[in-house]
Amino acid sequence: MSRSIELHSEQTLLQKILHIHWGLVLLIAVTAGIGLMALYSAAGGHMDPWASRQGARFLVGLGGMLVIALIDVRWWFRLAYPIYIMGFLMLLAVEIMGHIGMGAQRWINLGFIQLQPSELMKIAVVMALARYFHSVGPDDIRRITFLVPAAFLILAPVGLVLLQPDLGTSLMIVMAGVAVVFVAGAPLWLFLGGIAAGIVAAPVGWLFMHDYQKQRVLTFLHPESDPLGAGYHIMQSKIAIGSGGIEGKGFLNGSQSHLNFLPEKQTDFIFTLWVEEWGLLGGVFLLLLMGAIFLYGLAIALKCRHVFGRLLAFGLMVNFSLYVFINIAMVMGLIPVVGAPLPMISYGGTSMLAVLAGFGLMMSCSLHRDAKLVRM
Amino acid sequence: MEPRDEGRIRTFTRRAVIVGAAQGGILALLGGRLAWLQLVQGKRYKMMSDKNRINVKMLTPSRGLIVDRHGTPLAVNGQNFRVLVVPEQTGDLEQALTKLQELVPLTQKDIRKVLKTAEKSASFVPLEVKDNLVWEEVARIEVNLPDLPGLAIDVGELREYPLGEATAHLVGYVGAVSKGDLEEDDPVLTLPGFKIGKTGIEKSFDHALRGTAGTAEVEVNVVGREVRELNRIDGRPGDMIRLTIDAGLQQYAQERLEQEKSASAIVMDVHNGAVYALASAPAFDPNLFTKGIPAEKWEELLADTGLPLNNKAVAGQYPPGSTFKMVTLLAALEEGKVSRNKSVYCAGHYDYGGDRFHCWKRSGHGRVDMIDALAESCDIFFYELATEIGIDALAEYAHKLGLGEKLGIELEEERAGLMPDKNWKMGYFGEVWRPGETIVASIGQGYIQSTPLQLAVMTARLVNGGKAVRPWVTGLIGDRPYIDENREWPSLGFKTYHLNLVRQGMDRVVNNSKGTAFKARIEKSAMRMGGKTGTAQVRRITQSQRAEGITRNEDLPWKYRDHALFVGYAPVSDPRYVTAVVVEHGGSGSAAAAPIARDLLTKAQEMNPAATSLRMNKSPGPSDVPPPRKPKKEGE
Repeated sequence: MSRSIELHSEQTLLQKILHIHWGLVLLIAVTAGIGLMALYSAAGGHMDPWASRQGARFLVGLGGMLVIALIDVRWWFRLAYPIYIMGFLMLLAVEIMGHIGMGAQRWINLGFIQLQPSELMKIAVVMALARYFHSVGPDDIRRITFLVPAAFLILAPVGLVLLQPDLGTSLMIVMAGVAVVFVAGAPLWLFLGGIAAGIVAAPVGWLFMHDYQKQRVLTFLHPESDPLGAGYHIMQSKIAIGSGGIEGKGFLNGSQSHLNFLPEKQTDFIFTLWVEEWGLLGGVFLLLLMGAIFLYGLAIALKCRHVFGRLLAFGLMVNFSLYVFINIAMVMGLIPVVGAPLPMISYGGTSMLAVLAGFGLMMSCSLHRDAKLVRM
Repeated sequence: MEPRDEGRIRTFTRRAVIVGAAQGGILALLGGRLAWLQLVQGKRYKMMSDKNRINVKMLTPSRGLIVDRHGTPLAVNGQNFRVLVVPEQTGDLEQALTKLQELVPLTQKDIRKVLKTAEKSASFVPLEVKDNLVWEEVARIEVNLPDLPGLAIDVGELREYPLGEATAHLVGYVGAVSKGDLEEDDPVLTLPGFKIGKTGIEKSFDHALRGTAGTAEVEVNVVGREVRELNRIDGRPGDMIRLTIDAGLQQYAQERLEQEKSASAIVMDVHNGAVYALASAPAFDPNLFTKGIPAEKWEELLADTGLPLNNKAVAGQYPPGSTFKMVTLLAALEEGKVSRNKSVYCAGHYDYGGDRFHCWKRSGHGRVDMIDALAESCDIFFYELATEIGIDALAEYAHKLGLGEKLGIELEEERAGLMPDKNWKMGYFGEVWRPGETIVASIGQGYIQSTPLQLAVMTARLVNGGKAVRPWVTGLIGDRPYIDENREWPSLGFKTYHLNLVRQGMDRVVNNSKGTAFKARIEKSAMRMGGKTGTAQVRRITQSQRAEGITRNEDLPWKYRDHALFVGYAPVSDPRYVTAVVVEHGGSGSAAAAPIARDLLTKAQEMNPAATSLRMNKSPGPSDVPPPRKPKKEGE
């Protein structure tokens, strides 16, 4: 055991490259491949305008992911807070510029890419929490006062994202953050109490909701009552999915998707297109693929020998799974439409790069799982 | 690794596995849902999708009409022929539009606009290329339709205002949906060419007028062409709104005011507050707005110093001038600061605290009592009252009579005016109120600002026995009354004796040979009016101007001349109609405003709209709708 510590901490670059989780890389590549196929189909059997660009982005992102993976996790540990602060400032800048520019602005234009700071923040919050809990003693975690800074780390950016307003992203940051706090070992009663409070608060919240918000909830419960608004998309999506059957209609033959009944078929509703054409078999395959990626992430977290890496890898895995759950549940009408992409598959740059960066960090944790990280 | 960490690792492992299991559970749930949709419900969805692709489209609701109290249409829906394009059916959208260009005038800019909208919307959504097509254009396109795939002629509605300028401010107009309007969650707003109310009643009651969209489920074939309609849910057309306005009186008022450069007037019921006419001149032709106003016409409207786009009857704010004297008198009477037999000697000026305040009549009125003071509009009498009442009491009575606050008429353009008091001045300027300012306020000058609507309401409350009547123009929405005509408005608690004294003075203003409005009296005794003149100073004639020989108001440039005001009611014996007239920069109230008020009150009594109950009227059938009056053309 102690020999392996020596070995891993003194790895050469070549050894590191050999130790990269090529299995995970393969799963990611297969997932991206499914995305490219779906985008090719969404364009009616053309590489343009989506598949080609998405493919190029994937290659760039893949390179970036590997670079991130090879960088020593101690660097990421040291950069955790600076990255968090940078992300926070960018979020603040977007908020201020958004006000000046009148309207919900979520992007910073860096020239070569439109960066969405809230995507960066999803990762940065997990990093900062991992570092924070790494430094907190094993007994301290049971004390509520030590949870206050963690709560602050989560809620400060959430406040800004809510102002954008982007409820979906805010919820994702909160859920991933809470998951990290949970596995870090915070007292159990806190979570049970939170769930109980949520159940109690729901009816009260309903009373305080605006009419249009209530309308949205009701529309979600009865999509047929609003065939032109939000319900329209969900009904069309369900028709497309349902009509796919077991084997699907076949590649490039998704008539519902191609007839433009589906809005955003290349982004938020791409899962619909995929299962219309590939049916239950294709859908289950994709779900299993996602499940395998989750498992990989979980395994990396469990094998890591420092708290930072465990929490980081785990938080990133939860992050990724939330993307998947929210998107797929949404297009199947299980939750209201919130406008969330399916990672690796939906057309779009920022979310793909953010997800790949997350996997890069996860792999760095894995490569340097025996690194000595002092408690600070 | 410290031994204590062992426990923590166990906790981590245990909890991570729990979360992992939960994730697996969610994945299984998603898989189950997928299986449910594709296996159990698959057949049903397949049927909905396989051969019959259903497209849901929206049916535009018909906008509610706006009619006057007799059912005369003020806003109706004409036919509007539009050419629409469905991008995905054209093959090449730009080429299709270029082809269309040979048939109807279409600028490069129009084409670019359509192309830009097409990028943003789904390709099966029809887009409006051009509206208000004339008949020849419709025919030309119809003939060529076989060569124009994806293009279609559609008959929509175009809002028309038969009375044109006469109701421009009151009824308002409709316009294209703007970005800000879209915050509202009504899908009908996204329809191509949909219009919503922008000003006036059209805006205030947009929701009622708009109605709700219907939907039609249409079966379309593989290329998206409609095959048949499967299911249709009709929308609800907008409600008809019946105004309290009398179209004839309204039109008369507008035409009468158009003789001035800039003026506004209101005629309303003293008892129930129903507004019979509300006019502001100059006006504009609202029909131009619904068709898309040409830029040069728009520039012209903006540049006009008469502010044709403003509804001055509810948004114009002027010092009330001498029309305010009734407030001062009533306040003094109610507060017990003056008795009936008080008289004052007017030598043309009044000295107070080292300042000299002049009467408008430099030579003085001699000895006057309160009735004479109102009739001849002697300033000195009111100066003296003012020093005893104080500004706060004066403001209290002004508010009771409806000045200095919004009265809640159904026009969003309404402004609140201003009735100053000590607190206001401290808050606004950070200075204490000076007694001299009360003196100025007592004759309606200084900081006081009032709208013609407020002046009409003030007069109504004075002559209806002191009831706190509020103005309203909306009679019925659909068949629901907006305000009950027979509603009893609460009493303001003034003594009838005091109100009678004020009315006596107002009677004398018009019907006594010494009264300031004697020349504008109504001779027919059953129709006689009472009232009060007012002249609101816009700019004091300066010493240097006097030196240049400018002593009279008429010598000043128009925009510096005094505003002329008149508030009146009729008949004197049993008041029913009240009017307020403001002629901007018209000079004196007696010369410029009183004659208009006389004409309006005469006409109101002749037409007697109060005799027709709103509820008695049935909706206009096709037979009793008079032919729409053509909007006034240039040079007509």
